[in-house]
Formats: sequence, C-alpha cells, structure tokens
Amino acid sequence: MVEFGNLISNLQSSLNFFLPELVLVITLLTLIVVDLLFRKIRFINAYVSIFGFVVSGLLLLFQTREGVGFLGSFVSDNFSFFFKIIILLTNILIVLMSFESKELIEKGGNLGEFYTFLVGMSFGMFLVTGATNLILIYLAIETMSISSYILSGYTKEIRRASEASLKYVIFGAISSGLMIYGISLLFGQTGTLNLYEIKNFLAINKVDTFPFFVSTMLILAGFAYKISAVPFHFWTPDVYEGAPITITAYLSVASKAAGFAALLRFLKLALSLHTETVDSIWTMVSSIDWTLVIAVLSVLTMTLGNIVALWQNNLKRLLAYSSIAHAGYILMGVAVLNDTGTASVLVYFFMYLLMNIGAFICVMLVSNEIGSEDIKDFEGLGYRSPLIATLFSVLLFSLIGLPPTAGFIAKFYIFAAVLDAGLIWLAVVGVINSVISLYYYVKIMRNMFIRGIDKDKSTIRVAPVNQIIVFILAALTLLFGIYFSPIINWANASASILVWK
Amino acid sequence: MNTIPLEFYLILSAILFSIGTVGVLTRRNAIVVFMSIELMLNSVNLTFVSFSAFLGDVAGQIFVFFIMAIAAGEATIGLAIVLALFRQKQTVYVDEANSLKW
Repeated sequence: MVEFGNLISNLQSSLNFFLPELVLVITLLTLIVVDLLFRKIRFINAYVSIFGFVVSGLLLLFQTREGVGFLGSFVSDNFSFFFKIIILLTNILIVLMSFESKELIEKGGNLGEFYTFLVGMSFGMFLVTGATNLILIYLAIETMSISSYILSGYTKEIRRASEASLKYVIFGAISSGLMIYGISLLFGQTGTLNLYEIKNFLAINKVDTFPFFVSTMLILAGFAYKISAVPFHFWTPDVYEGAPITITAYLSVASKAAGFAALLRFLKLALSLHTETVDSIWTMVSSIDWTLVIAVLSVLTMTLGNIVALWQNNLKRLLAYSSIAHAGYILMGVAVLNDTGTASVLVYFFMYLLMNIGAFICVMLVSNEIGSEDIKDFEGLGYRSPLIATLFSVLLFSLIGLPPTAGFIAKFYIFAAVLDAGLIWLAVVGVINSVISLYYYVKIMRNMFIRGIDKDKSTIRVAPVNQIIVFILAALTLLFGIYFSPIINWANASASILVWK
Repeated sequence: MNTIPLEFYLILSAILFSIGTVGVLTRRNAIVVFMSIELMLNSVNLTFVSFSAFLGDVAGQIFVFFIMAIAAGEATIGLAIVLALFRQKQTVYVDEANSLKW
C-alpha cells in the first residue's frame, strides 16, 4: 500500500505536468459563469475559450515532458505533446470557424454550451493522449464521447441532427461496452489495470492465447470506434452529415487524433516488450500477429471509405467517407509497429489537420451562402467565387495526396514506413486506394470549374477574415509540401513513447 | 466459504453480455435499446467484481464505480436525445429515424 504522505507528495509533483489540463478545466468552469453573467456581450464565450486554449498551449510548451504521475496512470511525454498541440490547433480553428457558422448563429444566444462542451471534449482528449491506466483511458474516452454526443445534436431544430446524435449514442455505448468487457477480461488475466504492469506481467507469465486475443480485440473495438475504422464506422457518415459542420470538422481531426494516440500507446506500452537496445522496433509480447490484424483493419477501412465515397452527393457525407479512408491510411502507419511508423502517423496527422479543416471551412463558407451541401449546388462555384474555389481545390489536391502538397508528404512517409517494414502488399493496396479517391475529389473540382458556367452567375460573398483563414491553411498546405523537414524532425523526435524508467 | 467457482460468474456475465448485445442490435424501440446497453454494462460490472474478489485486488471494484457513473451519464444523454427526437417525429423507434442513408 502507498503511504498517505507519499500519496500527497506524488500528487503534488504530478500537478507540475498537469497544468495545461487544469487550465482547460478552469476555462470550462469560467465559461459556465461567463455565460450566465455576460449574456449581452457577443462572442464572449468564444474569446474566453480561445484565451483558455492559448494559455494551455503556452503552459504545454514550457512544461517538462518526461514525467509519470498520479501513481503511474498519467504520463507527459513528447508523444502526447505532439497530439496535444494538434488538438489545441484544431480547437482554435474550430472556434474561429464558429464565428461564421450560419447554423450556429441562427440558433441564437451566445452559444455558451457549445464552447463549454468543446472545452470539455478537449480536456477528455488531453487525458486520452497521456493515459496509461485502463480506468483513465476509459474515463477519458467517455469524457470526450459524452461531450461529442451533445455537440453532434446541438442544432436540434434540424431534424437530422437529433437522429445523428441518437445513432452516435447507441453506437458509442455499444463499442464502449465492448471495450470495457475486454478490459475486464484483460484485468482477470493479468490482475492489473496499469499498462506498464500488464506488459511486465505478460513478459514473465504465459497467458492462454484465445482469451487474450478476445480481450485485446474487444479493447481494440473501442479504439476502432473512435478512429472510425471498419466495422465500427457506421456512425461516421450519419453523424458527420447531421452534426453542425464545425463539429464535423472537429470530430474528423481531433477525435481521431486522440483515438490514434490511445491506440498507439496501448499497443506500445501494454503489448510490446521494450528493450534498451532496439527500442525503435516493437517486439510484441504474445504470439498474435498484430501487424496482420491492424493491416487487415486498415485495408478494410480505406477500401470501404473510398468505394462508398464514390457515389456520395452530399459534401459533408463525402468528406466523412474520405475521413474513414484517411483513417485507413493512418492505420497502415500503425500496422508496421515501430517508431518509424509512429513518426509517419504523427506527420500525417499534422498535414491532415491543415487540409481537412481547410476543406470543411470551404464547404461551410459556401453552404452558408447557397444553403446546401449538395455537390450539384457547387456547380459553377469557380465563377461565382474564384478565390474560395481555387483554395478548395488546393486542399482537395492535398487530400488526394498529389505533389507538391502536404498530403503528398504525409502519404509518402506512411508508404515509406510500410515499405521499410516489408509490407509491400499493404502499400500496393494503399496506392490503389489513393487512385480510387482521385475520382471523387476530382468530381468536386469538375463541378466547380467545368460545369454550370451558364448557371447562376451571382457572386458569393465571403467575409475577408474567412478568406484569410482559408488562404493561410491552403498556403501552409503548399508550404509543407515543399519545406517539410521541420515537421518530419519534430515527428521523429516525438515518436518515442515514454517507457517506464 | 467461496463455494461457487469463478467460472460460474464469468459464464453468467458472458450470457448477460450476449443478451445485451443482441438486444441492442435487434430491438427497434430506443428505450429498450438503452435498457440493453445497461445490461451490457452491468454484466461487465459483474465480471469486474468477480475477478476483483478472486484476485483480491480492489482495482476492479473501483472500476465498477466509474462504470456506474458513466452509465448514468450515458443514459441521461441518450434519453434526452430520444426526447428531442420524439418532439420532432413522435416516435421512439430507431428504424423510423431514417432520414440519413448511405
């Protein structure tokens, strides 16, 4: 047993690297009060939450990144730092996006709940990226899930929003039920809930393969739901279409990032032996071929995402399937199970953040004006708003993965990691999928520039602020397509997951 | 003292979990779906408690408290959403909420 005095001192030392999370909690509480007191001031909640995110980010930059705290249930390392930065950047972009979201503004009021739950969700994601105890992983995933259930049904005047959110809750509850059942079985086999201790137990003792396989697969189901991998993807298109577009963009990047962070940490800390000499190659503890399991998951995910996306007419839904496909590509980086693969996942997420949020902002700006997200209604956009259409095309080129965009670099690193590990068949499937994805992305561009020339010619007006935001995102997409070494170096430095010292 | 072996608890909870899963997948009424989800979560609780007693480790029982709290939260959100859906469609049947398709 831990002595009470030791417990307090452990708690105090743990708080040093828990400050960014504490700032988020304080922001959340402040938002509730501010929403009650200053109802008259427009967008006050948005400013408060941006302030909270910035302060949290600054504390994140200056904190120690080598710490195990709260009795070994939460760590702060370079790996979680990378994901936290991605989550914070997404948050700030989403809040900026919400200033112009017509569907949110039409709801009226100051959107206090919207920002409160947004901050609550990012707190959950912060915990997911650093959790090393299965209790904390479950709690953190639920914190972010429950907030996202509410947010996806936020515009409840729109009929499809509450339907989407109902489907989201039911699928979420099933997969979290599967996950905790898996955790309970793993607890029964190993007698501990701490990832490090699970690994230590598995390294010394022999467990039966079948129950071990069942329990870890059930746990993977919980992660697969968060990253919308097949066969737990059913909620994705419905929720992405029904939810407010700001939340769709948020779920497609931040929620996925958190899911991948937890998946990688679980695989590395609980299921792989780490020796001092060859730490970059993960030796898995059991006889199960994890590479094959994840590679199959990845192939199914990207193939389904790309093929179903072919006949989508709603842009939000199309981008939902495209995000499923991207989850498949990222899973290829996970499947190789080494630090090179992890680094390529990190690179992919950084690039994906820029291009995907950018694309969603473009869709939002246009649908604010034309009141539709149908691909047909985007016909002639190139003539009605040349700037937005051009920037949108740049972002779509990046999503396809064509040079010289950031998407190309991201895909290139994933494929390089996969080929490096000798999984040639997986790389071939990935390339074929990229070719398939060309069709539906180009379809959008064809509608914007080639069709509908003689249709409505009235120009679409977009506020200059938004043009600047989209322009910056598209410019960064091009910049990182050419000058990518800082991101690569940062990702390589972040790829090593903190191992218990 | 401990006359019932561990396997019995595990088999019971596996059966309960399967009933819950089948209920979620086949039932149309959203309220019944949420009841089935409760059944799934409670069977997990049973597994945790029995392992916890068997291993003499309280961590499993602590987990049960968290699961109960989360289950309450999830049920609250779920019922609130069912209510919102009911106000618009006058139905609690999941398959009638079908405006979103492929």
